[in-house]
Order: sequence, then C-alpha cells, then structure tokens
Amino acid sequence: MMGQMFGLGYNVILVATGAGLLGLAAGGIGAFLFLRKRSLVSDAISHATLPGVALAFLVMVALGGDGRNLIGLMGGAALSSLAGLVIVHWLDRRTRLGEDAAIGAVLSVFFGFGIVLLTVIQTIGAGRQAGLESFLLGSTAGMLRSDAIIIAVGGALALAACALLRRPMTLVSFDPEYAATQGMRPARIDMAMMALALAVTVVGLKVVGLILIVALLILSPVAARFWTERSEVVALLAGLIGGVSGAAGAVISSLAPDLPTGPIIVLVAAAIFAVSLVLAPQRGVLAGVIAQFQFRRRVHRRQGLLAVAQGQPIYEPYTQRLLRQEGLIRRDGVATSDGQAAAERAALDERRWHMLRGLPEAAPMAARYDGLTPIETVLTADQIADLDRRLTAEGAA
Amino acid sequence: MTDAQLPLQVRGLTVSYGASPAVFSADMRVEPGAMTAIIGPNGAGKSTLLKAVLGIVPALSGQVTVYGKPLDKQRSRIAYVPQRASVDWDFPTRVIDVVQMGLYRQLGLLRRITGRHRSLAMDCLDQVGMADFADRQIGQLSGGQQQRVFLARSLAQGADLYLLDEPFAGVDAATEKAIIDVLKSLKDEGRTILAVHHDLSTVPDYFDRVYIINKSPVAEGPVAEAFTQDALQRAYGGRLASGLLDQLFPVAEAAPAPGFPARTA
Amino acid sequence: MGEEFVALSLPPILIGCLAALACALPGNFLLLRRQALIGDAISHVVLPGIVLGFLVTGTSSTWPMMLGAAIAAVVAVVLIETVRRVGRIEPGAAMGVVFTTLFAAGVLLLEQSDTSSVHLDVEHALYGNLESLIWLDATGWSSLWDPVALAWLPPELTRMAVVLVIVALFIAVLWRPLAISTFDEGFARSLGLPVSALGLALVIVSAIAAVAAFDAVGSIIVIAMFICPPAAARMMTDRLAVQVGWSMLFAVISAVLGYVIAGYGPLWLGYADAVSAAGMIATISGLILGAAALWGPKRRGAQS
Repeated sequence: MMGQMFGLGYNVILVATGAGLLGLAAGGIGAFLFLRKRSLVSDAISHATLPGVALAFLVMVALGGDGRNLIGLMGGAALSSLAGLVIVHWLDRRTRLGEDAAIGAVLSVFFGFGIVLLTVIQTIGAGRQAGLESFLLGSTAGMLRSDAIIIAVGGALALAACALLRRPMTLVSFDPEYAATQGMRPARIDMAMMALALAVTVVGLKVVGLILIVALLILSPVAARFWTERSEVVALLAGLIGGVSGAAGAVISSLAPDLPTGPIIVLVAAAIFAVSLVLAPQRGVLAGVIAQFQFRRRVHRRQGLLAVAQGQPIYEPYTQRLLRQEGLIRRDGVATSDGQAAAERAALDERRWHMLRGLPEAAPMAARYDGLTPIETVLTADQIADLDRRLTAEGAA
Repeated sequence: MTDAQLPLQVRGLTVSYGASPAVFSADMRVEPGAMTAIIGPNGAGKSTLLKAVLGIVPALSGQVTVYGKPLDKQRSRIAYVPQRASVDWDFPTRVIDVVQMGLYRQLGLLRRITGRHRSLAMDCLDQVGMADFADRQIGQLSGGQQQRVFLARSLAQGADLYLLDEPFAGVDAATEKAIIDVLKSLKDEGRTILAVHHDLSTVPDYFDRVYIINKSPVAEGPVAEAFTQDALQRAYGGRLASGLLDQLFPVAEAAPAPGFPARTA
Repeated sequence: MGEEFVALSLPPILIGCLAALACALPGNFLLLRRQALIGDAISHVVLPGIVLGFLVTGTSSTWPMMLGAAIAAVVAVVLIETVRRVGRIEPGAAMGVVFTTLFAAGVLLLEQSDTSSVHLDVEHALYGNLESLIWLDATGWSSLWDPVALAWLPPELTRMAVVLVIVALFIAVLWRPLAISTFDEGFARSLGLPVSALGLALVIVSAIAAVAAFDAVGSIIVIAMFICPPAAARMMTDRLAVQVGWSMLFAVISAVLGYVIAGYGPLWLGYADAVSAAGMIATISGLILGAAALWGPKRRGAQS
C-alpha cells in the first residue's frame, strides 16, 4: 500500500482523501456563497446541525439502535440545519430584521437548544453519550473505517454536484438579473447553492466539527479572490486551496496526538489566506500600499506643477517636499529650469484636455479625463497636432 | 471681501476612492448670500466634492476654509442635508426626533430636551409644511416628506452656510416647490446655500451661481456668465440631449469646426 | 425552600440576568448598525484570548484571562476591519475569516498546552458554569442583609454587576451620538462627531460585556443575548428608547425563565438531573424572538 510506504495508515489516507475532496467541494461552493455576499449563512447552517445530531442520537437509541450510526446522525444534522436555513430565510424576508441578525439568532438559538439536548442525553443515557462532543470540533482519532469511507464518498458526491452546477451558479452569482433572462430561476439556483453548502457541512461535521466547518466555506474563497477578478477562476482556485488545506490538514494532524484535525485544516487554509492577503499582485496589501503611495505622489506632483505654471504658491508641505526632492523647485519655492519645463508640459497637457473637452465629436476620448492621464495616451500625434492648431487659433483670437 | 466673509473656499482639493481621482484639484469660492448649484454629469464627483468639503470622505490633498477658518472651528455655522438614500429609513425614530438631531450642538451629550427645544423643532417642521407629521415614524413618510424632514433638521441647526446633496432628487412637485421656497427665504435672510443639483432645466430659475464640474472644475460664476453651452459641453461631453440644450440656449452658439478625427480609445 | 433557593438558585439567576442585560444593551445598537454578528465573532475569539492569558501568566486566576480575552476581542475587531478595508472583502466574509482562524488557533493552543490542571476547556468556554455559581454561605433570605455572608457571594456576581454599570453608563452618556451616527453617518460626521471612534468604542464595550459574561455563563448566552432580545424588541416598537426597554425585559425573562426551566423542568418531569441552563436561556430567547416575529406589532419594516 502507498500509505504504508509513507508510514500513514490506511484510515489516514482515506480521511485525507475525504478531507481533500470535502475541501475542494467546500471551496467551490463557498466561492459562490462569497460572490453572493452570503458567506456567513453557512455559519447558521453549521451551528444549526447540533440539535439534529442530538435528536437523531436520541431517536436511534429509542429505536433500540446504537445511536452512533454516522449516516443517521448526518441525516438528523441535515434536517435541523435545513430548518435553520428556512428560518433565516423567513426572518430575512418576512420581518424587518436583516440577514445578519437572522443568521445570528438562528445560530445561537439552535446551538443553545443543541446543548440542552446534549445535557438531556447525558441525563437519560449516561455512559452511552458516545462522544457527540466530537462533532463540535471534529475528530478523526479512532474513526471507524466505514465512517472514513462515508466521508470520502460524501465529499466526492458534493464535489460532483458542485461541478455539475458550476455554470448556472457562476451566472447567478455574477448577474442574477441576466441569469433570469436566460431562463434560469435565480431563487432556485440560490436554493441549490445552499443545499450544497448544507451537504458539505454535514459531510464535514465529523472531521472538521461544526464550529469550524464554516471556515472551509469562507477562508478558501476569500483567499482565492485575491488572485483573480474572474468568478469561475475564483471557484476553481478556492476549490484547490480548500482541497490542499483539507488533505494537508488531515495528514498533519495524524502525525502527533495533540493536533486536532479541524483546527489544523483551518489553520492551513488561514496560512494560505494570509499569504494571499499580503502578497497577491493586484489586490494584495503590499501591492495596494505601493500603488496608493505612488498615486498620492502623482496627484501632488501634478498639482504642484500646475501651481508653478500658474505662478500660484504651493500650500501643501508634502507637495513642496516632493518637488524639491525631484529638483523641480528650489528651497525658497522658486522653480528650477527643469521645474519650469515640467510645469509648462503639465500646463500644455491641461490646455489640450480643456480644448478636447470642448469638442462634441471628441466626447468619448474626453471622458477619459481624470486630471492625471497624459493626453498622449488617449490621442494620436495627428490629433494632438490638430488640438494645438486650435489652441494657437484661440490664442490669436 | 475678506476671507472671514467668504462662506467657503476650497483650494486644490483632490479625492480618490481607488486608482483614479473622483475629484481632481478643485478650487471653489462660494459667495455669501447666494444660492450656488454644483452641476455635472453622473460620476463627475459632485457629491464627493461636497462630502470632502465636510470631511465625510478623506481628501488626498487640498485645503478647505469656512468663513476664513478651518472647518473644525466652524462646524456650528454649517448645516448639511445628505442624500435621502444614504440613511436607514427603517431606523426606530420619529420625525420630531430627527429634527431634534439638528440641535445636537446645543444639546451636547446630556442636556435635557426642554419645551423650548421642542417648539424650535416644531417651528422648523412647520416651515417645511410637516408639522402634522411630528409623531410619525420616519419610515412611513414618502420620499418627498423625508426630504422635507431632512431640510427641517438643517433649519434647526441655525447655520449660515447650507450644504445640500441632491435635495430635489426623487421628490414630488409639491415638495420641490416647498424646498425651494424655504431655501429662497433663507437666502433672503442673508444665508448662503450650496446644493448639488441634477436638473439643468431649473438651474436659471432656482440658482444665482453655478459651479460646473467633471472631475476638475469646468466653470464657476453667476448663472448668466458661467452657465453656457460651451461649459456644459465640456462637462457633459456627449451626454446632453440636444433637445435640452436647445431649450436652455434657444439661439445656438456657433458650433465648433467639424471633422475632428474620431478614434476609438 | 427559601434557604436552598437563595443559596443555589438566586445567584445564578442574578448573574444570568446581569449578563443578559450587559449584552442586550449594546446589542440594540449593533443590530441597528447591521453588525449583529460582531457578538458572534467576539465570543469565538474569547477562547484564544483566555488560553493566551493563561499561558503568558501561568495562572488560572480570572483577571489575566479576562484581560487576554479582551485583548483578543480588540485584536479581532481590528483584524476584521483590516481585511475588510485593505483586502476589500465584504464584512460578513471578513468576519468569518478572522473568527474561524482565531478560534482554530485557540483550540490548537488549548490542546497543545497542559491545561488539564485548570478548569479550562472548550466545553466550559461554550456552556459556562452558571449552575456552579452558588452562594454556600447563604442560609436564607435573611443572608441578603448579612454582611458576613454577603462577602462570600460568588465573585462573578460582583464582576458582572460592575460591567453592567459600565455598559449602561456608556450607552446612557453616548446615547445621542450613537443614535445620530447609527441613523445618518454622513450627518454625524458633518457635525464633527468622531464617528469611527464611536463605532470602535461600541465594539470594545460589547467585547467587555462579552468577556465578563462569557466568564460567568459561557459564550452561547453571549451570542444569543446580543441578538435575540434586541431583534425581538425591534418588532415591538418604532422608537429607539422603547426598543431598548423591551430588549431589557426580554433579556431578563430569558435569563430567569431559562434558568428555572433548565433547573426545575427535568425534576417536574421526574428526572434527577438538570439540563444546561445556558442552552435553555438561549432557547427561550429564541422562542421570544419567534413569537415577536410572528405577532409583534411592528414586525414588518417600513419598506418591505
């Protein structure tokens, strides 16, 4: 076996595969939730599973069963989180409460009720509680092989459903009104999206735990968003990040006893997020700071030069410092010859723009005026020459 | 005129929300006792200019003085009427409570609202024709009524300079008339009014002066001098219906020479 | 009856009420600012905070842990703002990113460190230990006038009372600026009000309430009390002051009824053990919210 070659048990391989598939599916679904600005609905879904898990346990015990049957517990989780989802939707639509309040109310109340049921289980079936607490934070230690297989298969099914529905979900999350004109029903697609999120949550309960499963649905898409502006690519990347986090997290947590699976998976995803936040080329923090700095420089430089050209004093200390550093003005604020030349160029650019904006035929080009764009980047040399002739004519008149 | 008499002076104001300026290097002088309209196409930075003047959005550069001093020393002399759409009208509060917000600089944190404050607020509501609605929940009002309540709140501030952001947007004709009457009576008392305005056809009727902007200022001055076809063309580009221009300027000015080589940008 | 009640039930009920009030008060403004989930985020990051407080100081006394939790809450709020502004991520997702990461880190820290000697685990963080906050020195109602017995009240009671006073003072003094800046931020700024600082102060006060309440009653009640009583109150009235009044009433009803049903309900049904009071208080607050959503006179918004 491959796994034994790497010193990993068969179960670890199975769980890692399951967690990887789960992460893939969660990232993909989460991307659409994120693009629809509904990421935190998943938080309500996941917390709302707890009473279902506890009730399913109670029912199975009452029927004389084991109570720990994973399929049964997952079924209960699915039903109660569906109820939670319906209530969130109802509160949001039928009352004046916003979706955020609806989410918070459902998650805290369902969770609280779940805790009540857990203590009921303790009370009436002491000794048979069977570690339902492991659903809070997830655990793979001592997992049954059948459970590992259920999780792997569940992850694969969720992933397949996500792949199947990716086109309509992309369309709806990008532009619901356009999607409606294409014969889709955005409300239905939204519902399918929520159902998939619910499926991922239920499958992931045992491994990641209900408090942290929402991280897989949120962290990977947010991390992915930093690298691209295209929604399909966000979904794809998010799936990839989720898959890597899931598989790597499961393997890492199997290496030592005190490394709980759920938190490790989340922290791997969080590390990827942190790197994306700082280093992404367009939207990253570093790139943003540099761009903002350069932009501020351009604005002040241009304003300073225009002031010089018009013979006005420069008020802003930052502008003065900038022009001095570039050797455009002297200490006493008088322009150097370089400064004069640069100021004249800026003033000419501004005059050309002014002339251009007065020409009705040139409106599309004039619309690109923002005070900073040099006119050479918008017009051809011939057009500029034409503008200059008009300027000369105007000056003569 | 000394600076201390000049209600508002702006020098080199640049504001940006992203990688491109929303307002670039705007200079502005608002004359006392006049009604000035800020006009320009959608996205030209009209509201942004007003918000930057008030410090609601941060400016990249530039200086603002109100009656010759920095804004923070003159807050009590200005009143601001935001766009109606910018607030949560489902907020649990009554019309009279909103108007009393205008008394905040008098009331401070803890001073009790007395009968005097209440009757002042009622007077302001009366001026905009909304006295009967004092105890209504604000969400129950129509758009025009909400706008009047906002105006009443600014009246309660008792300011010298009124800054209004699209006060006529989406209001009914009766409200428009009521608002312009109130503004004109404010002007008659010697107060200064600066409003972002979108309806070019009413500019000559309502306002004394215009400030035309598209990213950077295009023209500024009395309506008779600055509100010209040329200035509007510069600000609006091709976005003005020729019908409107014909209506505003019945005798067409000489058109610019044709044949500017068009090029797809 | 009196003796047992005063010793075993009165202190937890009082602490529950104080905690519920301390959370519901700022919850009103959080709700109106569409920041209802800040309470959720704060109560998740309390866990890494107390673990760090324990690891840094090496003691399991209350103050270092509460300080750690308060710091973690502020750090979380700053991180959420940073991710939202700098990364241009919508607020809900930004919140989700930060609190799940910090919570995961807290769980890992807890598992990695030797905290078995102290009363510190995830379950405690979630459910609190409301039932154990008893007053053994009480011999009956007369103990309420007995200074010797009063000195042995559970310290959580005093702490919660102090925090409630702080929270209430904050809301009372800054009522006007909070109301104005929540309703109309642009206007508030034009008045020269420090709108951003006010928002941050509200969140910090909420964090203080959350941390103190969490120590006494666990994080479930905290999240539920931030949201459910104010949300239910929102559907009863269209006036801010009245809304805050209703929310306080609902908070107290949830705390009292929840505790009583959790403690005595099973006995009435013939079972020996009580169920989780924290969970039951959250459940009752949810039922109140449900009733308000179905029958509250102002359940529909103006625009819907």
